[in-house]
Formats: sequence, C-alpha cells, structure tokens
Amino acid sequence: MSNEKITGAQGIIRSLEMLGVTDVFGLPGGAILPTYDPLMDSKIIRHILVRHEQGAGHAAEGYAAATGKLGVCIATSGPGATNLVTPIMDAQMDSVPLLAITGQVNSHAIGTDAFQEADIVGITMPITKHSFLVTDANDIPGTIAAAYELATTGRPGPVLVDVAKDAQNQKFEFSWPPKIDLPGYKPVTDPHGKQVQAAAEMILASEKPILYVGGGVIRAGASKELLALAELIGAPVTTTLMARGAFPDSHPQHLGMPGMHGTVPAVTGLQKADLLITLGARFDDRVTGDVKSFAPGAKVIHVDIDPAEIGKIRHADVPIVGDAKVVIAMLTAELKKELGSKKPEISAWWQFLDGLRERYPLGYVDVDDGKLTPQHVIERIGALSGPEAIFTAGVGQHQMWSAQFIKYERPNSWLNSGGAGTMGYSVPAAMGAKVGAPDRLVWAIDGDGCFQMTNQELATCTINHIPIKVAIINNSSLGMVRQWQTLFYDKRYSNTDLHTGTDTQMVPDFVKLAEAYGCLAIRVEKEEEIDAAIKLAIATNDRPVVIDFIVGRDAMVWPMVPAGVSNDAVQYARDAAPIWDGEE
Amino acid sequence: MTQHVLSLLVEDRPGILTRVAALFARRGFNIESLAVGSTEVEGLSRITAVVSLDGQPLEQVTKQLNKLINVLKIVELEEDSSIARDHMLIKVKTDATTRSQVLEAVTLFRARVVDVVSDSVVIEVTGDSAKCKAFLKVLEPFGIKELVQSGAIAISRGSKSMSEKVLR
Repeated sequence: MSNEKITGAQGIIRSLEMLGVTDVFGLPGGAILPTYDPLMDSKIIRHILVRHEQGAGHAAEGYAAATGKLGVCIATSGPGATNLVTPIMDAQMDSVPLLAITGQVNSHAIGTDAFQEADIVGITMPITKHSFLVTDANDIPGTIAAAYELATTGRPGPVLVDVAKDAQNQKFEFSWPPKIDLPGYKPVTDPHGKQVQAAAEMILASEKPILYVGGGVIRAGASKELLALAELIGAPVTTTLMARGAFPDSHPQHLGMPGMHGTVPAVTGLQKADLLITLGARFDDRVTGDVKSFAPGAKVIHVDIDPAEIGKIRHADVPIVGDAKVVIAMLTAELKKELGSKKPEISAWWQFLDGLRERYPLGYVDVDDGKLTPQHVIERIGALSGPEAIFTAGVGQHQMWSAQFIKYERPNSWLNSGGAGTMGYSVPAAMGAKVGAPDRLVWAIDGDGCFQMTNQELATCTINHIPIKVAIINNSSLGMVRQWQTLFYDKRYSNTDLHTGTDTQMVPDFVKLAEAYGCLAIRVEKEEEIDAAIKLAIATNDRPVVIDFIVGRDAMVWPMVPAGVSNDAVQYARDAAPIWDGEE
Repeated sequence: MTQHVLSLLVEDRPGILTRVAALFARRGFNIESLAVGSTEVEGLSRITAVVSLDGQPLEQVTKQLNKLINVLKIVELEEDSSIARDHMLIKVKTDATTRSQVLEAVTLFRARVVDVVSDSVVIEVTGDSAKCKAFLKVLEPFGIKELVQSGAIAISRGSKSMSEKVLR
C-alpha cells in the first residue's frame, strides 16, 4: 500500500496500470486533456490514437473479443462521448467486456449546457451494464476498479466511467487496492447441483438431443469443456453466429450455424429435436424465427450466467444459472457417472441428420455475370489463412458468407457484430484484434457499404504499424438490403446502389483510397488472381493491405428463413424448400 | 392485467430512480405507481412499484430489475401478508348545504379535513387503494376540484425487515 498525492488524471492512468491494462484506444479533447498528460509518460499503457471515437470503441471490442481481456477506450465529453454510443451498444448486445472512460465538463458546470457537455451517463444508461459519474478524485481508483470488475465478470458488458475535468485535476491520496463497493452485484457462477443432475437425466432420456451453443461459451472460455461434453453424449452441435469457433467446424458432430442463414441440417436439427441443450445462447429472433413454432417438440435445458435470459423468450424445463465453463464440466462429470463407458443411443437421429447433410450441404452457385463469386473469394481467404487467423466482418451478406464459408477451428477467431448488427465494425475491430494478438493473421472482411463507414482507421493502422488485411467484397451495393429488395420488394432497388464497382462511377476508388492511407492496395477482378492476391496480402506485413474484390451483386445468401416465419419454412435456395416430411 | 406490488431496496445513488423507471419503459412493463423514500438504514432507499402485467411473467420484471447494479433486493408483497397504503389530498367543493354531508363521509372513511374555506375543503385520506377509490366515488357528486395522490407504499406483516441480511 503506497500513499502519495497525485492528480485524479494520474489516478486514472495508475488504476488502469494496476489492473493490468496495456493497450487503450482513444482520441483526446478538452474535458479529457488532463488524463492525456500522464498517459504520455506511462511505460505500461500503449495508447493508440484513432481517427474517430467510434473506431476506438470497436477497436477495444475487437481487442476484447480476440483476447478475452478487457478492452478500453477513451474519449472526451460531448460529441467525443456520443461517438462511443454505437460501440457501447454493440458491446452490450454481444456481452463484450468494454471500459469506456470519458471526460466530462467541470462539475460545477454540469447541467448548465456548457460547451461540449452531454449527459453521457444518462444517454448510455440503457446500453451499459453500469455507468458512473465521478466528480471527486478520491472516488477514481474505486470506481475504475469497480468498472473493471463489472465489465469482466458475470455476463461481461460495457461500463462507462465519466470523469469531470476538475476531478481529473484535483490532487488526492492514491492507494491501491481500493475498496470496491458493489453490494448489489453478486453474479452466480456455480450452478445448483440438483439442476445439473436434472439436466443429465433429461439428456439420458432424450432420443433426439442437440447442443445449441451460443456466444456465452466463447466468453466463458469453455470450448474444451464443450468438446468433452459433446463427444461424451455424441449429440449434434450447432454454433450460432456469436459462437462460430466455439466448436471445431471440422468435427463430424458439427451441423453448422442455425438461424436465418443457417445450414439446413442445423435449422432442421433444432426444429425436430426433442431436447435443446442450450449453452450460453439467448434464443435470439435470428435463431428462432417465429418463436411459437420454434423447436415445437423440444424440452429445453438452458444454461446461462444471466438469470434474466432464462425464460425470457422460451420456457426452460431445466434452468441452470452459472458460468458455462463450470456448468458444462459438472454436467459432463455427472453424465460420466451415469453412463460409465456407454453412450446414449441416438443412431436413428443421426441417420435423419446425416440424410439432411447429404442432401443439403452448404453451397453456392456461380452467378454468370463475369464478376467474382463472393462466396468463393471468402472461402479462399479462409482456406489460405489457416485456423489460427482472426476474421472480423461488417454486417450483411459478406458477414453471413464469412460465417458460412470460413472454417473456424478455435474460439476467438471470428469477431462480428451479432446482436447490434453494426455496419463499420470490421476495420476498427480488426485493428483492435491485431493489437491484442499481434502474432495472429487478422482479416477484416468487409462490404463496400460497411467499409465506407469506418475506413479512416486505416490511417491509424498504417501510422501505428498494425498490419491488418482488409478484403472488400465489393458488389457496389448495400448487398443484404438489396437481397431483401430482390426477394420481398419486387426488385425495386430503392437506395442500395453505391457506385463503387468497376463498371460504375467508382466513387470512391478503393485502391486509390487505400493507397492514400499508405496501404498496399490490390484490385482483383479475375478468378485466377484471387489466390495470388490473398497470398501477397498474407506475406505483406510492413503495412496494412486492402484488396478490392469486384464481385457480382446478384449473389444471395442461402439458405434463408424469411424474417418472422417458422423455421420449418427454411429455403435451401430461392423457392427450394427442403423435403423432409415423411422422412422421419 | 394483473397487479403486483414490488418493493425494491436500492442504494441511494444519483440516477437510481431514472434507471428503474427507464427499465420499466424500455422493457414495456406498465407502472401503476411509484413511491421512493429513505429507509431505516442510511444510504439505502426503498422504492415501492405497483406494476400491471399483461402476459409477461413477473419473474422477467424482477430479473431485469435485479440486473441493475444499485438494486440490492426485490420482494413481491402479496396482499394477505403485507400492508399497502395510498395517500391522497382532495379538494372538494362545498357550500352550506353540502358541507355536513361531506364531513359525514370524512368521518365514515376515517379521513381528515386539513383546510376549510367558504366554498371548499381539503381532505386527507390514507388507506388501501380500494378504500381510496371508494372514498373518491362518494365525494364525486359534490365536485372534486383537485386531486393529488402518492404512489402506494407497502410493508410486510410480521417482525422481519427487508434490509436484514442485505448488508454484510
């Protein structure tokens, strides 16, 4: 315990150092200026100056999602703080441990509509796990420590700490560790033994079980435990958009991703199961489709660290509140005791699922338009990059294809904006991931629409030697919106043309833009150039790389369950529903 | 619609009322009334919320409220094991002919007159919501000029207190 007088600003930096923070992303401004001064002298914390605060937020998210550690971003008051709103909401939806530190105007000016004053605590109340306003330097260490605790434990999430400028300038006596005062916060990590036993019994009685695995398994670092459980019971596994990589894609029990653009075997497997073993998933509408007709014959075991998720959308027959890593290990031990060396007999179930896998594998057809096939481009990026690479995506068609056609073998390799669906996530998230995992190859797979929202962070990447690779899947349009216009709006393409293709005005020219940012820029228009470009990108590490892949705009994401209808209506391709009636 | 009386023990921190009210609004839970005040423990406040639920289970409301970091404890106070009271101030028109009838109603309902002028009286009444509603019905014919009421406050019967075992 060392007691010395320092400023609140020094207290912020010292507290972050004591908590083990080594990288932060941010952009200074008036109300946070005092904190940027001691930050300059920190030997422990590397600050990366972004070009827009939204980039700082997503970079911190990418850092957190790639490493499992806390991501930290810093911004000034007013517009600096409000520019963090999107990444904060994104982190809330996808349970990302994020600490946002914002400067606030002097405490006596709060409430007077002072220059660059925004009530950021009020604005972010519904999109944070918790938020604090600090107006006294003495509260800084305790608040930062509490924010760290809240963001990283239980169900992770974003925490905002707003610090008035006078508190940053105030001298106070710093001591560490501070007292953390959170009497109302007691996350449950250890489950009820009886509930685990009930779950085991239900699994043993099931003829058609399926593991419905969500992003909670990745946040809990429970992939190893999941593999052991899945192999013990031999049941099929589905991994949601947030859980890609939680279970190896190469594993024979893996049916792929469920949901709106899930594989036919995964979607149908959930529909026809008699038991959903739900692990860290939350019955999102993109997974369930019409909730009333979702998995109608299934009982539900629901494991989640957040009690409010259990029973929110779907009744749980066996609710288990706890940390996925702990629960899965206990469940496996319980089942081992019951089973001995036997395995549950579910061969008829597998026969049905294998039939689906044979008839409805993931695939795509080449649209004959003289342009590249986007699915093929993404498939090649995945194949040439290997299982240790990290892939981030924006939102839309390219995101779904990246979830479908890249083979994920390990957790923390697929980072995307699942719940929020934030266009512009991928470039800054890739930047953050590369900072957190410098030895891993990091790809941002982006759309031409998404890329135009946050590409200024390429400047940050170049200046700070963060050699990410960006693959723009350039179909010259807001592709997913266009797909819906094709399917549901009679091909009336209202405001989805972006004019970035080679046969358009090409504004902007992504190659010129990337070169202006100091990146190696490559345009690929011919199929035979794809592999060479990807290999060159992988081999280039002295600067970021941007590849502009010119793809056709009529390619669509299949399979698809139209929004709001039953998952029984999954379409394998346009107007082609799988036939399974009478097959059971 | 079913009504439930929830009692929340919360940390007395800035913004706690906003957090609770905003959560009700955002999740689409209806608040019938809300009352906030300090408690026997320094630093703790008590919020009594009467919620009406249409279809949603109460469990989802309490689970979401429990996620608020400053909320320490939530209990549902059921009618037969608790006491709930509303408080009203009512300004009623009176004249020489009606005043005695109004005063009679005041006596019957064990209310109190707290202000009198020539053409009106202000009446204070406390009771459960059924009693308060019945009293208003009786007064209505005379002409209610102004009505203010607090949200319900409620406490459990018996010797146990809600703040027991909450702190350390």
